[in-house]
Amino acid sequence: MPERVKALLLPLAILLLLEIWARAVHLQSDSLAPPSAVARALAEALADGTLLVATRDTLISAFAGLLIGGAIGLVFGIALGIFHVFDRLMEVTIEAIRPIPSIALLPIALIALGFGYRMEIVIVAFACVWPMLILSRAAVAGIEPRLIEVARALRLSPPDRVRKIIIPAALPRIFLAFRLAAGIALIVAVTVEIAINPIGLGAGIMTAQQALRPDLMLAYLVWIGGVGYVLNAGLMAAQRHLFGRAALAGEPA
Amino acid sequence: MSITVARSQPPTSSAPERPRIGFSNVSLQLGGKPILDNISLDVRPGEFLCIIGASGCGKTTALRLAAGLYQPSSGTVSFDGQPMRAPRRDIAIVFQDYGKALLPWRTAAGNVSLALEACGVPSAQRGARIDELLKKVGLPHHAGKYPAEMSGGMQQRLQIARCLAQQPKALLMDEPFGALDALTRQGLQDEVLSLVRASDATVVFVTHDLEEAIYLGDRVIGLLPHPGRIGIELKVDLPRPRDQLATREDPQFLRLRRELFDFIKASER
Repeated sequence: MPERVKALLLPLAILLLLEIWARAVHLQSDSLAPPSAVARALAEALADGTLLVATRDTLISAFAGLLIGGAIGLVFGIALGIFHVFDRLMEVTIEAIRPIPSIALLPIALIALGFGYRMEIVIVAFACVWPMLILSRAAVAGIEPRLIEVARALRLSPPDRVRKIIIPAALPRIFLAFRLAAGIALIVAVTVEIAINPIGLGAGIMTAQQALRPDLMLAYLVWIGGVGYVLNAGLMAAQRHLFGRAALAGEPA
Repeated sequence: MSITVARSQPPTSSAPERPRIGFSNVSLQLGGKPILDNISLDVRPGEFLCIIGASGCGKTTALRLAAGLYQPSSGTVSFDGQPMRAPRRDIAIVFQDYGKALLPWRTAAGNVSLALEACGVPSAQRGARIDELLKKVGLPHHAGKYPAEMSGGMQQRLQIARCLAQQPKALLMDEPFGALDALTRQGLQDEVLSLVRASDATVVFVTHDLEEAIYLGDRVIGLLPHPGRIGIELKVDLPRPRDQLATREDPQFLRLRRELFDFIKASER
């Protein structure tokens, strides 16, 4: 506990200095606000529910996109890791599509799907496919060859091989990919909202900016940071819980 | 005359004894490089055959051919008279690198269970079989441990238990004790001998330890390197059960050791 307190000292000191400085110069700005004003705006937005609704909208889009894109990436990644022929066949296609920034799909998605959840989910899903695909392919390809031989010597059926050997062996690294994809999902969801979609936390920031409310804008920013932190901490706790003792040896050297 | 005699006998009894594992004129090239050259070899049912040779002579490759993990470039590998096209569940292979051959996410019991699952043993019967197998290899109190929590010797025992779960007709062992300390190794040698006696499985045991080969085997085959081919074949007539002290002091043991030692020396030249 004292360690955690120590880690908080520097940020608290900076906030205090910012506050003192803002009051000393009687800050009047469209982009900055004293920490106390940000805190007040955050409390108000929480109290009137707007922040929670926006959070719900962003998380729904981010999670739905993460699950859809992650599942597609996982299935293809495992298939590509197992079947080298398939890997060769898809290599050029994947390398051609992957570099497209997901946000660049926004105009097409907007025409096809209009504003709202669906369009945002599709774009988040597209962004999440790639880290899952690339990393789960690498995870499967990197499985200890001896384990594959054990599976062959025991004549495990192909579904059993995937279920009992390949997935559990690759799981620690696949979960890492999932954590990475979760971070990307949040970033892309908020970006889509800032750019065009009138829902969620990103839209909330834009509204605050246009209303010349830097305090509210920064309150959203702080909140988004907090949501990202909680998300990652939750996934890390899940990782420790899921892989605990066995993960120590499961992580490839 | 001789033809009529041969005809009058049923074909099964006219053949001496059908080999459990048979290599006939087996050669293997990997990536254009000859690894094994024209190996012919029969392993009788119940025999304990040891293969020795300098490193890189293809001992492990020969074992993989016997397991059906590799296919020969020419010649045939057969099992009970049937050509081997793929691995079979009644052939179990014990790998040298036990740390890599065990599933780190499964407990000792779970690792043994994998072989039972593969063999289609119903889950209701698995628990008792697992207990019995772990007891057999001296790990009765470690069922809930993960491989990472076990010593090297215990991990290798666990791998042997998993192989025994297949109820194999043939047990192929690839330098199984190569990475273990001398004392653990001697203990495991005796345990393997008694386990094999109890199950009367045929064993092919690859090792680079000449004394281990003589101590365990009914027969020792030495391979010459580049490409691997059979260079020496010695019958071991030492009485069983073998004893770590008495057997190793037997004049025959010393003579065989000398012969193998000279063979290895010459093969390295």
